[in-house]
Amino acid sequence: MQRRTMVFTAAAALLGVGAGTASATTPPTSGAAGPTDYHWTPNPKLTGEGQTNIIVWAGYAEEAWTKPFTQMTGCAVNVKTANSSDEMVQLMQSGEYDAVSASGDATERLIAGNEVVAIDPAEFPSYARIYDDLKLKQWNSVDGKPMGIPHGRGANLLVFNTEALTSPPDSWGVMFDGGTPADGHISVYDSPIYIADAALYLMATKPELKITNPYALDQTQFDAAIALLQKQKGITTQYWSIYTDQQTALEGGSVLAGTTWQVIVNLAKADGAKIDAVKPKEGATGWSDTWMLSSKAKNPNCAKLWMDWIASPWANAQVAEYFGEAPSNQDACALTSDPNHCTTFHAAETDYWKNVWYWTTATEKCLDGRTDVTCVPYTEWVNAWTKLRA
Amino acid sequence: MGQRLDEAARLSYDEAVLPGAPTPGPRAGARLSRAFTRRWLALGSLLTPPVAWLVVIYIGSLLALVAVAFFRLDGRTQRPTTSPTLDNLRQAFTVGTYLRVVGQSVLAAVAVTLLSAMIAVPVTFCVARILPRWMRRGVVVAFLLPLWAGYLVKAYAWKAMLRQGSKFGVDKAGGFLESTFGWSPGFGWLAVILSLTYLWLPYMLLPVYTGMERLPNSLIEASGDLGAKPWRTFRDVALPVLLPSIAAGSIFTFSLSLGDYIIPAVVTERKVLMIGNLVERTLLAPNQPLAAAFTLWPLLIIVAYLLAMRAAGAFENV
Repeated sequence: MQRRTMVFTAAAALLGVGAGTASATTPPTSGAAGPTDYHWTPNPKLTGEGQTNIIVWAGYAEEAWTKPFTQMTGCAVNVKTANSSDEMVQLMQSGEYDAVSASGDATERLIAGNEVVAIDPAEFPSYARIYDDLKLKQWNSVDGKPMGIPHGRGANLLVFNTEALTSPPDSWGVMFDGGTPADGHISVYDSPIYIADAALYLMATKPELKITNPYALDQTQFDAAIALLQKQKGITTQYWSIYTDQQTALEGGSVLAGTTWQVIVNLAKADGAKIDAVKPKEGATGWSDTWMLSSKAKNPNCAKLWMDWIASPWANAQVAEYFGEAPSNQDACALTSDPNHCTTFHAAETDYWKNVWYWTTATEKCLDGRTDVTCVPYTEWVNAWTKLRA
Repeated sequence: MGQRLDEAARLSYDEAVLPGAPTPGPRAGARLSRAFTRRWLALGSLLTPPVAWLVVIYIGSLLALVAVAFFRLDGRTQRPTTSPTLDNLRQAFTVGTYLRVVGQSVLAAVAVTLLSAMIAVPVTFCVARILPRWMRRGVVVAFLLPLWAGYLVKAYAWKAMLRQGSKFGVDKAGGFLESTFGWSPGFGWLAVILSLTYLWLPYMLLPVYTGMERLPNSLIEASGDLGAKPWRTFRDVALPVLLPSIAAGSIFTFSLSLGDYIIPAVVTERKVLMIGNLVERTLLAPNQPLAAAFTLWPLLIIVAYLLAMRAAGAFENV
């Protein structure tokens, strides 16, 4: 008995020393390149548990910035990549994860289901330097209290093969009306939230439907969007869910136009695909992601450290540039390897984001403020999408 | 005939001993009953854990799954509530689009099964009847070798082989099928059936091979001596003997195909949906109750199929 206690004490002492050295190590040196300044110090009040399990969008937790994090905090990062907001909600319901990089269409469900908890900005030094038009939004706050740390934002773009479509398209019509060489080679994002893309196109092309917000659709507007998607099926070759599937199809040339993320375009271009991407004139759907802390987090401190780290200038610049999105931290713009990154992705241009409709969960109470009708809630979007695809 | 005689002998032996059982002295009786208790204890301790596992974890979770199908989904939190409803079952069993998916899945599973049987019968005939004895074992091992490769590896390998070329692509030639034979079925139902047949064929080959080995040469020879042509011999002599083996193999090919959801997602670029895909996407929605209602479909179909195959004698010979 006594022996065991002694072993315990020894182990605890060792662990203590280990943790001590780990957390004391501020910016480590990265090999021959000389020391990198990571522009971040772990909050000393948070003692790491040794690891954290996080749910991320593909490309949000790459070794380039998870490794320095682990070196500085002693928190190993266990990454689970999710392919859709729906999957993120489902994974968070399992209670096995500490944090999630949730888009606006997941955050509301996570908040409603008490899967996530409010954060105390004081614990996150990075929070102060987040762009103001990303803070305390309807999808990431409750009663004026932040529910997470904004990560970054981007628009869902129209990708096209530059050899097949020699004059660059500037309208989603390529994907909905057809009549271009891309017919039969269209790639569509396989998620109920894509119904909003059809609604967005109708918003511009069918003013008589009076759609003012692609996430606030009454039954008539919703049916029109579904009818448009039904028509689109005829020219579609692929419904992508895993980003690499679209990437290979773009490289192989079986897909000539589609809805995409910038990160896919970057990866496919790097492999030699002759493609380009634009934000069409009708505007686009998009995402504004928020790191949220699970209400059942087993490693809350490591998760909080991670959330602060990923929103800190250097790490935020890394992830924004890798994924191809606008960073959430204003100081990140000075640290991107491409000095024009923030200009290219319109990080600070409030105007650019005016016609980008961030993913949001549709609710029965219309999000556009109408009270004379009820809107189609997201569960119905899910059913309609499954039926459309079946 | 000889077996029947043996059985009769054993029966009469038991009968002869049984009435005599009480005759040995009390000590012998106690010893006997002690041995009996001990054997039951041993048997009980051996069987309890696996039976408990089967009942609690296997059947229990299955029942829990079925139970969820009767609960309403909370639309805001997307978690099942405890208020009962039949709406999920109504959707899963009456909505036309879903019924079509179920029907197409069954047809695909039947196609895979028929194709597997059509490949397995001639192939195993060659191996069991024509190849010299020393080669047979090696070939049977070869049948099973594909099972050593990862499922996903095989799925993506088929996708790579089925890929159709495009003049706008980085690699314009297309996959193995198109670049070698000039034609590929592309990413559709045919792709699903081909890939599934490849995946589950070993499970058909093995029982059919066993059945083929048991097929007595004398029957084939007798049929030939009586003037039957090879086809007639196959249809009226070999096939009835082989049928239970084919039925046994078909249980694997049919049920494994019916439940698959990765192959249709991978080799059709998610254009084709089978029952498994319905379950998967409803579960991820997340709408656990409706997903549970969908899972009742394969459950019912497989039970019906097993009953049909029992009638065909699948459980008698294996």
